[in-house]
Amino acid sequence: MIPEIGHFALTLALFVAVFQSIVPIVGASLRNARWMQIADATAKIQFLLIGVAFGALMWSFVVGDYSVLNVVENSHSLKPMIYKIAATWGSHEGSLLLWVLILAAFGAAVAIRGANLPASLKARTLSVQAWITVAFVSFMVLTSNPFERLTPAPLDGQDLNPLLQDIGLALHPPLLYLGYVGFSIVFSFAVAALLEGRVDAAWARWVRPWTLAAWIFLTAGIALGAWWAYYELGWGGWWFWDPVENVSFMPWLLGTALLHSAIVTEKRGTFQSWTVLLAILTFSLSLMGTFIVRSGLLTSVHAFAVDPERGIYILAMFGVTVIGSLSLFAWRAPQMEGGGLFAPISREAGLLLNNLFLSVGAAVVLIGTLYPLFLEAITDEKISVGPPFFNSSFVPLSLGLLVVMGIGPHLSWKRADLRGVMSRLRAASFLAVLAGLGVWYMQTGGPVMAILAIMGAVWLGFTTLLEWSRRIRLFDGSLADSWRRIRSQPRAGHGMTLAHFGLAVCVIGFVGSSAWKEEFVTFAETGDTFEIAGFDLELRGVTNVTGPNYTAQRAILQVRKNEKPVTVLTPERRFYDVAGTQTTEAAINSTIAGDLYATLSVVERDGANEWTLRLIYEPLVGFIWAGVFLLVSGGLLSLSDRRLRVGAPKRSAKPVTARKVSA
Amino acid sequence: MIRALAFLPVVVALGLGAFMLWGLTGDRDPSEIPSALMGQAVPAFELVGIEGMDGPGLSSSDITSASQPVVVNIFASWCAPCRQEHPLLETVAAIPGVSVFGINYRNEAFPARRWLGEMGNPFERIGADLDGRVSIEWGVTGVPETFVINGDGLIVYRHTGSLAEPGAFDMLKDAIAAAGAT
Amino acid sequence: MKRLFCILICLTFASQVIAVEPDEILSDPILEERAREISAGVRCVVCQNEPIDTSNASVAKDLRLLVRERLVAGDTNAEVEAFLVARYGEYVLFRPPFRAATYALWLAPALIFFIGLLAVIRVVRRPSSAPKVDALSPAEMERLSEIMQSKGEKNP
Repeated sequence: MIPEIGHFALTLALFVAVFQSIVPIVGASLRNARWMQIADATAKIQFLLIGVAFGALMWSFVVGDYSVLNVVENSHSLKPMIYKIAATWGSHEGSLLLWVLILAAFGAAVAIRGANLPASLKARTLSVQAWITVAFVSFMVLTSNPFERLTPAPLDGQDLNPLLQDIGLALHPPLLYLGYVGFSIVFSFAVAALLEGRVDAAWARWVRPWTLAAWIFLTAGIALGAWWAYYELGWGGWWFWDPVENVSFMPWLLGTALLHSAIVTEKRGTFQSWTVLLAILTFSLSLMGTFIVRSGLLTSVHAFAVDPERGIYILAMFGVTVIGSLSLFAWRAPQMEGGGLFAPISREAGLLLNNLFLSVGAAVVLIGTLYPLFLEAITDEKISVGPPFFNSSFVPLSLGLLVVMGIGPHLSWKRADLRGVMSRLRAASFLAVLAGLGVWYMQTGGPVMAILAIMGAVWLGFTTLLEWSRRIRLFDGSLADSWRRIRSQPRAGHGMTLAHFGLAVCVIGFVGSSAWKEEFVTFAETGDTFEIAGFDLELRGVTNVTGPNYTAQRAILQVRKNEKPVTVLTPERRFYDVAGTQTTEAAINSTIAGDLYATLSVVERDGANEWTLRLIYEPLVGFIWAGVFLLVSGGLLSLSDRRLRVGAPKRSAKPVTARKVSA
Repeated sequence: MIRALAFLPVVVALGLGAFMLWGLTGDRDPSEIPSALMGQAVPAFELVGIEGMDGPGLSSSDITSASQPVVVNIFASWCAPCRQEHPLLETVAAIPGVSVFGINYRNEAFPARRWLGEMGNPFERIGADLDGRVSIEWGVTGVPETFVINGDGLIVYRHTGSLAEPGAFDMLKDAIAAAGAT
Repeated sequence: MKRLFCILICLTFASQVIAVEPDEILSDPILEERAREISAGVRCVVCQNEPIDTSNASVAKDLRLLVRERLVAGDTNAEVEAFLVARYGEYVLFRPPFRAATYALWLAPALIFFIGLLAVIRVVRRPSSAPKVDALSPAEMERLSEIMQSKGEKNP
């Protein structure tokens, strides 16, 4: 019964979405206030209905209703409850349902929180959002119904894959989708503005919180995926430039560019066409990602298995949306020029350069990901484009980005004094060079890129802190003074500092864990000792352990450094009898300096079990997660800025001080 | 100028879309790798037969010295699709003017003999590739795989997977016919 | 029902890695280092995008042993890679080749960057194309002060 209610709610939501996609936008053209207003109600109703559908599916998983095909394929009675719940979005159909839920949620959020938006803009935005919803919900109702029944119902489910029973993996899709789909509302705003024929500073102000929110979620989602890969998969790596990883990274790159471009449009009323284009392209890349993951177009460890027929449907939806919006852009954008002038050396120019690096980065990733397809189509040859290409093409670009990011915040709007800025930054340059030399000395013969990257990160870190300390006059007056300034200055400025600094921290982590990783693999018997990166490890023994649904062999490794005990690592090899599979559980000892990482393998030789240990030392890898934390914190801080909550910029009675430098 | 540039994104998107559409249509298998050995000579190798079985081993000279088309099938007893395609191999063996040779991939002697005894042996010659090294020379990635070699000793066709797949057997027959004609 | 290897081995073990086993390791650490380096760049042909260095497929193990064999036999890294490419095609290397068909790939990043940079420079130089305004002539200055004075009377 409940699944039927869910199915009904979903279908009803489709009709509501169809209504919402027509009436408000027509109302906006006819200036009919009631028709425009109706979008608020329909957006909330849609969210409710899709929420009911989502709840119905989740309910089916929670109670274990094996008459529902989706539950049979993705659950099992022995699965822990939390993973039964997570299985709701673990399949193609379920994850699509999550997709449209978030789509509807963002629509409802605009309906509720967008009281300060002009009625016509809001109505058009919600209509565009509804168009996207109609496409996806109709796709579900027609081809990917999560509520399909299976008769006769089997006694139990089929899926007990232990690899999927992990909290990191359970949270990764929701966060990622909040990011991907969050950009849908920014896209809707952009298309609505193009239809209105007006993109201005006010529009950019309204769009900013939504862009920030989506960006925060996407950052967290990608990082969670990388972290999961790191601790679960056992090869000590966190990024492989796999097509599905790339497809989440591209919207992140353009989304970051969008965030910055919107700031320029908001502050200076210029860059409108870039901002709108970026808004359209970011979501287009999200859609492309959804398409690639579900269509079987490219091989990847990650992809859902879906047949090409569905793939063509998704391609059609994606195609219409993207071609349509980009055509609208081509038609309307040239009418949007104008806005503030700025000098070649200015914050605007700096941000333009910043966006150049980010956009070229996204283009490089796109070309690398799709090139095998292009080549195969044209010449029927198959090649692989893997990490070597991406590393050699993308890393130099990011170095350039780090340099520009360090200078940019120091530049003032409209016209800046480069010489003055550069002389202020001398100290930071000196420190960066020092860091580079230091690293070169410590890791003799280290790869050049790694050293440059560390220099770039140190440069960025110091210039960011320098800019912040200038802004709050940390060395200029009393501490109380500076504290007062911190409190009174807009949070978005502090958010920027935190986020930029976070990126510098991330880069240090990226470089340390890839360039200076140490590892070795060895046979191990009880009593053997090993040495890695200054640590001494001794295999005390291998014991048998029983878990809730598995048995395991657990190695006990005593870790010492300089004769002093540090920790005991217990990597395991688990055997899940019901699922019939094995997993490796790595044991990780994390410190600021790096992670000690151990995995155990059991190899049968000549009838006896032999143990193999793989020991990896990853320097500075913790900096990655710390940096991401700072990035997300910076974003959240910016999001909490009062100005974003107050809404439409009002003419202030107080004169604006000319020397204020805010982000 | 601006107007022309503004159309650039749409044009690029249309181009990408065309490629993606191409990628979805047709019988394209994204994970299938074309053989690197097409049109090249058979790699040199020499294998003895399966232990405990009468019957000659297989070496590259056996293939190149045959003046008629040769079908080489890589198989193993532990491979389910090999079982599926077996009757089709017997059909091929029955075609006049075609020799069918087998390479037994990473199979222990006893299960291999038992499998052939149970299913029947369509192969004139079998080479036992115990460590899989010879199969690597053929660029083999899994079992079963089937190659067609023409009278000049050049590899002209390869099929990965079972011959029982729809259309696979017809394509093999066409390839054999083409190889025989040259 | 396609690739028995892929389905059986990869879906079961795809991500659970130990891969390189101790008995494969060469006694010469320099050669072993080269072997690991090469293996990290060789694609496991039956897996969904994994290097042979970390794949558990048996073909991957065979290829790892083969790489080491060739190194011990004295091949350079390039020769080992060429050996594999001769049998499996260019698909087997993660680093795409640099030849006519892939010029577009390798050169695109730099090309796009420079075109973008040119565009940025153009955008940034636009203000200088604004028409220069001549200074006011003395007669115009007089008229201007008249206007300003009359306005001043209206709005003190």
